[in-house]
Amino acid sequence: MSEVLSGGTAAGSPAEPTVTQVAGTVLPSAATTTPPLRRRGDLLYYSLRNSKLVFGASLELLFVLAAILGPVISPHGTTEFFLPRQPPSAQHWMGTDYFGHDVFAQLVNGLQLSYLVGALGALCAALVGMALGFAAGYRGGLLDDVLQMITNIMVMIPSLVLLVVIGAYLKTRGVVFEGVFIGLTTWPWVARAVRAQTFTLRSREFVDLARLSGRRASSIVVRDIAPNMASYLFLVVILLFGSAMLLAASYDFLGLGPTNGISLGTMMNQSMLWSALQLKIWWWFVPPGLVLTGMVAALLIANVGLDEVFNPRLREQ
Amino acid sequence: MRRYLTRKLITYVLAFFVGATIDWGIPHLMPGNPVQLYLSKFQLQPGGYAALYKTMSEAFGTSLPLWDQYWHFWAGLVHGDLGVSIYDFPARVTTLIFDAIPYTLALLVPAIAASYVLGNRLGAAAARRRSLDNTVLPAGYVLQAIPYPWLALALPYLLGEIWHVFPVSGPYDQTLLPALTWTFISSLLYHWFLPFLTVFLVSLGGWAIGMRNLVIYELENDSSRYMRALGARERLVRRYAYRSASLPQLSGLALALGVVIGGNIVTEIAFHYPGLGLLIYNAIEDEDYFLLQGIFIFIVIGVLLANFIIDLVYLSVDPRTRVSMQGAPA
Amino acid sequence: MSVRVENLSIAYRTRAGEVRPVDDVSFSVADGEIMGLAGESGCGKSTLGNSLVYLEGRMRHLGGRVELDGAGLPIADGRAMQPHRMTKVSLVPQYAMSALNPTRRIGRLTTDLLRSHGVRDRGVMTEMRRRLELVGLGESVLDRYSFELSGGMRQRVTIIMSTLLNPSLLVADEVTSALDVSSQRAVGEMMIEFRDRGFVRSMIAITHDLSILAQVADTILVMYAGRLAEKASTGTLIEAPLHPYTQLLLASLPEVGVRHDQTTLTGIPGRPPSLLSPPPGCRFAGRCPFAREKCAGQQPPFVQVQPGHHVACWKVSEGWPEAGRA
Repeated sequence: MSEVLSGGTAAGSPAEPTVTQVAGTVLPSAATTTPPLRRRGDLLYYSLRNSKLVFGASLELLFVLAAILGPVISPHGTTEFFLPRQPPSAQHWMGTDYFGHDVFAQLVNGLQLSYLVGALGALCAALVGMALGFAAGYRGGLLDDVLQMITNIMVMIPSLVLLVVIGAYLKTRGVVFEGVFIGLTTWPWVARAVRAQTFTLRSREFVDLARLSGRRASSIVVRDIAPNMASYLFLVVILLFGSAMLLAASYDFLGLGPTNGISLGTMMNQSMLWSALQLKIWWWFVPPGLVLTGMVAALLIANVGLDEVFNPRLREQ
Repeated sequence: MRRYLTRKLITYVLAFFVGATIDWGIPHLMPGNPVQLYLSKFQLQPGGYAALYKTMSEAFGTSLPLWDQYWHFWAGLVHGDLGVSIYDFPARVTTLIFDAIPYTLALLVPAIAASYVLGNRLGAAAARRRSLDNTVLPAGYVLQAIPYPWLALALPYLLGEIWHVFPVSGPYDQTLLPALTWTFISSLLYHWFLPFLTVFLVSLGGWAIGMRNLVIYELENDSSRYMRALGARERLVRRYAYRSASLPQLSGLALALGVVIGGNIVTEIAFHYPGLGLLIYNAIEDEDYFLLQGIFIFIVIGVLLANFIIDLVYLSVDPRTRVSMQGAPA
Repeated sequence: MSVRVENLSIAYRTRAGEVRPVDDVSFSVADGEIMGLAGESGCGKSTLGNSLVYLEGRMRHLGGRVELDGAGLPIADGRAMQPHRMTKVSLVPQYAMSALNPTRRIGRLTTDLLRSHGVRDRGVMTEMRRRLELVGLGESVLDRYSFELSGGMRQRVTIIMSTLLNPSLLVADEVTSALDVSSQRAVGEMMIEFRDRGFVRSMIAITHDLSILAQVADTILVMYAGRLAEKASTGTLIEAPLHPYTQLLLASLPEVGVRHDQTTLTGIPGRPPSLLSPPPGCRFAGRCPFAREKCAGQQPPFVQVQPGHHVACWKVSEGWPEAGRA
């Protein structure tokens, strides 16, 4: 589980260990539900005026562009050999590593991998977490108790260690595997967050109405409850994205990264293995980590800004 | 009280069960078996291979049907026997683990304690003063966003290689022999500081931000408004807000353990600090599956224990749970 | 004279502009008087009442004066108000259910509050115990946490806590709104008793429920869209209201025991004006059946038309006939 997700807690009603504590510092403050946005115009207006959102989103956009365009504009490929251990220069914008590979090329490729893993991980965790969270929150009763027990158990097993145990036995590991498994180890807090929100919404009148009109539970959840949590879910997914990227970096650092590509974490692992510290090849490990920090920090800050846009209560006016 | 504790206990027992089963199950469900994988590294004559395979399979019990292996696993577990390391044969897994634990704890416990306490103070202070908040908040987010591996490389690089203030690897100066002398102890501390700092810094950001948000929320909620309406001094209101905010922070601690452990592992590897993390890394490298399994179980036990302790502390601090246990009338 | 408010105006800023929930309001509350402050949601009564004790966050004091027992009350200055709160003016908030901090026992909470005012006298806590017994709560409440108490109990504890230091003025904001009818009656009686025993000198009871005021209040002040409409003794206001708004309001209330088979309940057609850009004249003009040209153009002053009876209405102050428009 990433540092992002459990480093602390956020504003929200501090009852028993629920939503707010699990979800980490920047959990959207909607332990009280966010009202559905009424006017698109309003949303855009506030978005553009929120400095955090603008800053975070722009920075993130830069990184995304780098991930897309980087490999295209990079003058060298990742597998070509050059003079090893060269510091940054005009030919090699981030120098070369111990073996003579161009670091910049590796970096932008790693960016792509990170985004891929992050997206997959977030998607997976979101799907599983939401499915279980909605089920537990809407149905309640025995199903809820059982699912809660399962969630509590999963939470107590450290994600990285679990991933290690699974991944250590595989000979080939793809990006898809990594993303999916990261998702499968981080869904618990999504489930908790969604469950808590569903509980609050379930007792509202419009749900009673829907139930009276004889609609099926799944239809009610999808058509009535989920849209009212849409902004909240969106924020949750952003956090998942960031934490998946960080978890992947640690995982790759252990040498268990994708066997068919160089990710940011793998770069850091390699640099450590080949004494980059002692040989002073700082351009090998500083860029990947720095870039990753930037990517995740931008997400976090944008997340806070977005939360303020969705929740007028937070806006200082 | 009974109901609450029983529930918790069941969760822990189940968690242990699930953890142990996963631990045992994964390697056995993977293609190939540990002995096979191990032997494939050597160039062996078919005759020699067959003989070794037979002996080792019997020694490690991999030739038995799955159920028996599972049963043996539990039997061994109950006796505190986690098997033998394949690579470091014949070193017992438990020995290796116990040798590594002190180093892991030496990093984990102070790092968690310090970052929690300091982070909470910082967060609460930032909630009160805008000027402080403007620095703490972005700093906190950046710290949170730093991947553990990076800090674990950049810090020793800067403070070790460039500025030569701290050493970059190992638990202590390798030319020294462990002794209760000041030279040795200071060497220990010297080597301990950077890895500690790494784990500490990344966690710090999260706690600070979390506490800040909680305190801000509490400062604006109804009970704070009421106290102000009745003329309470702001210091009193703040004190109460801090108290209310501490509870969810505490439960957050239990949940953050998984992350910090992950970070600790990464840090130990980067610093070549001989704790459980480095052990895991070597186990992966050497494909020493029994060792890996043993470490996993151990970590699971550790986390469960820590959760339990935090539950007890929470119990003693949260009036709500305490009261519902004594069955007070409403 | 206990409380005197002169030309008080309070505003806050929104994205769309400035809103004045309290616009040039003047009235007084006598010693020992329980004045009901009534009006529909959004008319500003809550802001008015609360501002006398604690002017919150976004609210700004635009102008006007508040006097308590002959001395000025610095409602705009939070620091200066701190010693007055709880001792001179006090508040039972609308959110009384969640007003008590759940992390401390009631007794400890009270002593902490008292210490903020420099009161360390044990006698005060003894008095609190006495009052708790009085309202049927018992001392054990002091050892309880707020979440252990029921809603009604919390309401009563809050009232006792707010009045512990015998303030000159108590502002009670919707104290009965969250309760069932019998509890409402009980709390109403409690308010009267507190006044009679001298725990509280004067009281402003804010509510949208006129029936409670009929039981509890000596006088009633009706507010509409940030301005005062009518003030009179309870009996007069209910039997013979003069302001068209009050008349229509009372007429729209269902009577207990009366069936409405043949007739329909009449409401007041239309809606209150937006407080962002209120109309220049009388704010009720748009919905008033007696409105004339003058009403839309000029704001009628809040004047005394009979002893103890104030109205802000051109029809009343100029004596227009009842029937129709001119």
